[in-house]
Amino acid sequence: MQVMEKKKTQLDEMDRGVYDIKNEVRFKKKLDKGLTEEIVRQISAEKNEPAWMLDIRLKALRLFFETENPTWGPDLSEVDIDNLVTYISPDARMTADWGEVPEDIKGTFDALGIPEAEQKQSISGVGAQYDSEVVYHSIQEHLAKQGVVYLDFETAVREYEDIVKEYFTTCLAPENHKYLALHYAVWSGGSFVYVPAGVNVDIPLQSYFRMNAPGAGQFEHTLIIVEEGAYCHFIEGCSAPKYNVVNVHAGAVELFVKKNATLRYSTIENWSRNMYNLNSKKAVVDAGGHIEWISGSFGSKVSMLYPTSYLRGDGAKSEFTGITFAGPDQFLDTGAQAIHAAPNTSSSVMSKSISKNGGVAIYRGLVKVYPNAYNSRSTTTCESLMLDSESRSDTVPVIDIQNNKVDLGHEAKIGRIDDDIIFYLMSRGIDEQEARSMVVRGFAEPIAKELPLEYAVEMNNLINLELEGTIG
Amino acid sequence: MEQLLAVRNLYAGIEGKQILKGIDLTINKGEIHVLMGPNGAGKSTLMNLVMNHPKFVREQGDIIFEDENINELTVDERARRGIFMSFQNPFEVAGVSLENFIRTAYMAVTQTKPSLLKFKKQLMQQMEELKIPTDYADRYINVGFSGGEKKKAEILQMSMLNPKLAMLDETDSGLDVDAVRVVSEGVRKYHNEENSVLLITHHKEILKSLKPDFVHVLIDGKIALTGGAELIDRIEEDGYTWIQEA
Repeated sequence: MQVMEKKKTQLDEMDRGVYDIKNEVRFKKKLDKGLTEEIVRQISAEKNEPAWMLDIRLKALRLFFETENPTWGPDLSEVDIDNLVTYISPDARMTADWGEVPEDIKGTFDALGIPEAEQKQSISGVGAQYDSEVVYHSIQEHLAKQGVVYLDFETAVREYEDIVKEYFTTCLAPENHKYLALHYAVWSGGSFVYVPAGVNVDIPLQSYFRMNAPGAGQFEHTLIIVEEGAYCHFIEGCSAPKYNVVNVHAGAVELFVKKNATLRYSTIENWSRNMYNLNSKKAVVDAGGHIEWISGSFGSKVSMLYPTSYLRGDGAKSEFTGITFAGPDQFLDTGAQAIHAAPNTSSSVMSKSISKNGGVAIYRGLVKVYPNAYNSRSTTTCESLMLDSESRSDTVPVIDIQNNKVDLGHEAKIGRIDDDIIFYLMSRGIDEQEARSMVVRGFAEPIAKELPLEYAVEMNNLINLELEGTIG
Repeated sequence: MEQLLAVRNLYAGIEGKQILKGIDLTINKGEIHVLMGPNGAGKSTLMNLVMNHPKFVREQGDIIFEDENINELTVDERARRGIFMSFQNPFEVAGVSLENFIRTAYMAVTQTKPSLLKFKKQLMQQMEELKIPTDYADRYINVGFSGGEKKKAEILQMSMLNPKLAMLDETDSGLDVDAVRVVSEGVRKYHNEENSVLLITHHKEILKSLKPDFVHVLIDGKIALTGGAELIDRIEEDGYTWIQEA
């Protein structure tokens, strides 16, 4: 893990260290700006896709043009698809040999600590996506022998077409919202994971998405199927260097958790300040199944992200633990949704947000309990920490309960750093900036401790980075 | 005798209300001073002023530490010079482990970076002496600690940071007899010819193994009387009214 030593006080000029490494944009294929049917057809042709996939793309494209921007939440009027390149293929072939990845791309991932984690065997498989295409993919042999599949999505469409076709769009429909329609029209890259019944993938699989080209979109698709009684931990990391043009990230994550299976999905997103992060994530959970979301949202100009757990089997369970950090000129509108569609289902949400220098952090959550979902339980805890009086934090929980045998709790706390606590820490010789960092890191600790060590360290680094220059 | 702390003609208050009305106090190296007095007399305020709590305002007077005027030094700078305060109501800090806290403080105060293992060993040893379960090192600062455990954790910090001046604000209150003994023993072990203790208490139990050199009685923001250890017995029997009348 890289430690950022450089300090600057001007926040706009914040040095994001390794995250800001920009490589020369070399590409094999870069389609024109804007979005037309022709471009979608080119993307599809480039990938050599089956006809049904092109059909989905074209239908989604029409939907995208027909659908309006959401009327709530952050302002998306700056997102201009005519100025966005939807597909950039890096000048690199997909490989399972790290040595074959081009030097500059490799350097970026090295700096981000991706291969290091693989060497240390703290992860059991890794995928690395650079702009629109996955450049590296590997999985440990013993998992492959047990039938675990971890592939880039294009290869999965070719080699596991039946499975992909069966599940694709059934969790997240293109009709859901404008940017999901956009996603399905131009998706590229992403991961496919299949864990057979009873197999335990206890060491996490990891994928890393990196956007290098300016003015581009990233639209990766992730599809994970965890069969009956199996376990899987998947980690997703995302980052991009800063350019002065708008970038869009509209990925889609479709998760299927079968009977008595467990999936833990961890994400640390660290986007540059020109990014509109309009990501969609949803899990469908069968009887006795369990989805655990761990989510850290850093950076971006605007984020709209509401991981959804659709609990459709008796006794299905969801847990969401998330944190967002909104700095100057950032509008992070995030939250979790739980749909209780079966009896004895339970959901819990622990959401934390930190805002500073005028940043806006909104928790927007939904708990919906269907008439048949009796004996369901749901608890939501939202805590916000505002580091100054310019910043904004809000909680917008929507609760829709359609039966009367439900145990529901909701708690929201909005606070500031207690001066007495700072005095206490400083009275032990700790300077003010470090004292404040300690309190903020402590606030984030319940999330950090859910993450694998490297990611917890990365998150603490990000918090320190975000806090630099805020004091004095 | 080498002077450690000198408070000169100190007037101070909080939120516009004057609490200290001309305090003069000298503490030399190696001495133990006890501060007694009725509630609201300004005992905690005096310690907060020496530590520089931002809510308290110094109106007049000087605080001298090791022959240097420290009026303008920040809280953390004072701590790094060797001033320590054990809080009457220690604060809870969620998400920061006690060990991490003490280690961070240790590095700040000593300007050294001890090896993880060596530091841990020293911490565990001190915890055992203070009868604090060693798994408390991993718990968040004071979160879920009983009143007595919080006070012991303060003494643990003192022992690890080894300050030149330890100010203990009612570290013995709310503790059972055994806990008071443990705390008292901890202070006794810490104390030597090179450092000094200033202690606020209402009870004499904590002083059994400590030998105070001076006892000051603070009434209405002024030191009304200074004497030796014999004052403690007198106050325990007769309270403070006789001093006010005198």
